[in-house]
Amino acid sequence: MADELTPDELLDKIDYGTDSGNWLDTTKSVQIRPGMYCYAAKPESVETLSLPNARSWNPTEEDWKLPDNWQQIIHEGIKERLERFRTFKIFMDVCVRCGACADKCHFFLGTGDPKNMPVLRAELLRSIYRNDFTTAGKILQNIPGGQRLGGNRPLTLDALKEMWYYFFQCTECRRCSVFCPYGIDTAEITIMARELFNLLGLNIDWIATPVSNCYTTGNHLGIQPHAFKDMLEFFVEDIEDITGVDCTPNFQKKGADILFITPSGDVFADPGTYTCQGYLILFQYLKEKYGLDVTWSTYASEGGNFGFFTSHETMKRLNAKMYYEAKRLGVKWILGGECGHMWRVIHQYMDTMNGPADFLEVPVNPITGTKFHNAASTKMVHITEFTADLIKHNKLELDKSRNANRILTFHDSCNPARGMGLLDEPRYVINNVCDNFYEMPPNTIRENTFCCGSGAGLNAGENMELRMAGALPRATALKHVHEKYGVNTLGTICAIDRAALSTLCEYWVPEVEVAGIHELVGNALILPGEKERTEDLRMEPLPGCEEEE
Amino acid sequence: MTQKYLIPLAAVFLLFLVAYTGAGAGLGWFFGIVFPYLAIIAFLVGFVIKVMGWARAAVPFRIPTTCGQQKSLPWIKQNRIDNPDTASGVFVRMLLEIFLFRSLFRNTKAAFSRSASNRITYSWEIFLWVAALAFHYAFLVVLLRHFRFFTSPVPFPVQFLEALDGIVQLGLPGLFLSGVVLPAAALFLLARRLFDQKVRYISQASDYFPLFLILGIAITGISMRYFTKVDITAVKEMTMGLVTFSPTIPDGIGNLFYAHMFLVSVLFAYFPASKLMHLGGVFLSPTRNMANNTRAKRHVNPWNYDVPIHTYEQYEDHFRDKMIEAGLPVEKKE
Repeated sequence: MADELTPDELLDKIDYGTDSGNWLDTTKSVQIRPGMYCYAAKPESVETLSLPNARSWNPTEEDWKLPDNWQQIIHEGIKERLERFRTFKIFMDVCVRCGACADKCHFFLGTGDPKNMPVLRAELLRSIYRNDFTTAGKILQNIPGGQRLGGNRPLTLDALKEMWYYFFQCTECRRCSVFCPYGIDTAEITIMARELFNLLGLNIDWIATPVSNCYTTGNHLGIQPHAFKDMLEFFVEDIEDITGVDCTPNFQKKGADILFITPSGDVFADPGTYTCQGYLILFQYLKEKYGLDVTWSTYASEGGNFGFFTSHETMKRLNAKMYYEAKRLGVKWILGGECGHMWRVIHQYMDTMNGPADFLEVPVNPITGTKFHNAASTKMVHITEFTADLIKHNKLELDKSRNANRILTFHDSCNPARGMGLLDEPRYVINNVCDNFYEMPPNTIRENTFCCGSGAGLNAGENMELRMAGALPRATALKHVHEKYGVNTLGTICAIDRAALSTLCEYWVPEVEVAGIHELVGNALILPGEKERTEDLRMEPLPGCEEEE
Repeated sequence: MTQKYLIPLAAVFLLFLVAYTGAGAGLGWFFGIVFPYLAIIAFLVGFVIKVMGWARAAVPFRIPTTCGQQKSLPWIKQNRIDNPDTASGVFVRMLLEIFLFRSLFRNTKAAFSRSASNRITYSWEIFLWVAALAFHYAFLVVLLRHFRFFTSPVPFPVQFLEALDGIVQLGLPGLFLSGVVLPAAALFLLARRLFDQKVRYISQASDYFPLFLILGIAITGISMRYFTKVDITAVKEMTMGLVTFSPTIPDGIGNLFYAHMFLVSVLFAYFPASKLMHLGGVFLSPTRNMANNTRAKRHVNPWNYDVPIHTYEQYEDHFRDKMIEAGLPVEKKE
């Protein structure tokens, strides 16, 4: 926990008064400061996928143990990406520095550091692009003072370190991109920058180790198959205590209707575990009532994809498991759990990278007959789309009163909001399982939603000051509805959020708890043959049952 | 820091003086004929090269920024413009983006107050949008009005635009609204760069230079129309000479005109190498000009290549004993 800083101290540090100098002169003085950066990738983790330059190194030390020709590697890396990604090339060329993005970034709002303005974050790289890749830049290099005048700079070690520091202070949330008149997406630039860093072995451990785990054990947390099964069976026991119904799931079941994949965080840590129990209850209900056969897989036991924060290639290598397993098991289509960046990858990348999924069927909900035309090619459906469809067709028996103690607001996760547009499906589900729902202010939800401050692999422990600073805009909006409506629960559909927002709440708004939407579904859903429930999935008394305790 | 704007300002002055005095020294043919031709060539060639460069770059993934509800279930209302799933939706989104600067219209201003409540407040910040829109449209009107100098007879749309632009019917020669709006908006954008601390910090010389240059063009133009006056017949003879590729240098045009012409030429020549290329870039931006239908319709990456993956078989080989012990199904028992 940001041991060093109390919330008040953190707030005192915010100063939007940028200095009046030239930012080009400040590169040398950038201090990679504890609390603001993540530890370097361990060599073992980099080796798993045979990524370049695995070695132990420390960002705060002078020597980063780079290959001798590192400048050439970066130069060629940029060149290659300019040809491969139109986004990158255009975003390097067309920014007019209008500043509309400046105060849209949660890290800028929470730190006041001018290099956290999206425009300046991008300029860190753009200044090098202009210098080395444009005709004007090459001419200006030869004129005394020309570089400075053009805002251009050579790729020095200091510049590399500065970029590393600041591109790991971006959570790829795309909020700035909503406001940019040219749609310049800092996430895209950060993705490129991180790809370039990875060419030199400059990943952070919080990304590299989950990637390595995911590659070999099937999930980020490195949960081995037998342990994964144990964990779910542990939930089954809990659910049986609470409901009296056995919700034992299928594993690797060939010929099941649907393969279900969710982030492993839901299996591993509270409060995601309650969401996971919600899934189990839902699937049991559908099996019992309608004979729907859902299977889990320990091999494809990760919905998330930290490869996305490493490189496009790594993303593809990790994502390949989903189709591979669906094909092996012979399921009809894939259902995906509540997760943020997982859904950006599935929605905007998966089919392109690892498709076509011609061995699957266009997803149809066999219970309602609804054909998910929006997933006709990728053949993967979001669980809130699925559940919303079931509710709409009155296929679920729900008892809202079991969530009556929850006064809820909803945090739109960045990726489903701005990389997909999944906004009303979760709200529809919420409104059908809970009576007390209040929105946070409009500038902080839906496409304007603020990041939790810990996305894109920054959910580590050592960068807590950064995370809590980045969390500030979300936290102030949450605090507002907490004070105004007595909101006590922050609903979300993202596994990183369930971890990160819990820390956020603890730090900024301690009276609020975080809950996944399917935890609430699990509470409300009346299972066939269940006993009278007195506890919710957290084993806390249900509303109205408190006295009986 | 000050050199970021003082140098561009000085440069524009210098350019003006070079042309003004140069024309006076009998170099009118250079500033009126040779340089404009070169500038137009540089503009066209540069523009095409730049756009071709963007167009050549691959679009590996369909990654629009979605700013509204997706198309999913039939009973959930989709935001067809901000989250389009069809080409027509994208077309409307792009029209709004290009002609009305829709994204900029969303602009808000965040303010944090360190007090008991520690609130961050957001207010709608419309001025940048207004100024940007005013600036671009005034510029467009000015540009189109100038077709009067390059056409004979002057086509009706140009005459109509002129009439519209002069609708206030003030003074003689009649005041053009664009002549007021363009410099006013340019000055606002300049003031924003100079006085808004954040924008000042991010601004480069290349942000100030085009503003000063356009102001220089506007001032010389306005000066000729309303104050110093030029021999308009001679000017038209010259400009018509340029478009008909039979350039002449009539007498009595005046040095100010050459300075005006030169600054315009510099703007054209500078354009493709500068941020002004956002004119072309806005059409090609993949976060705006693509439909959000990647799950419905497969997008093909032209450079997609095979990658090593960790297969299920490798996984099972690694964990077989543990899986069997845990009662998990396996493909091979041994």
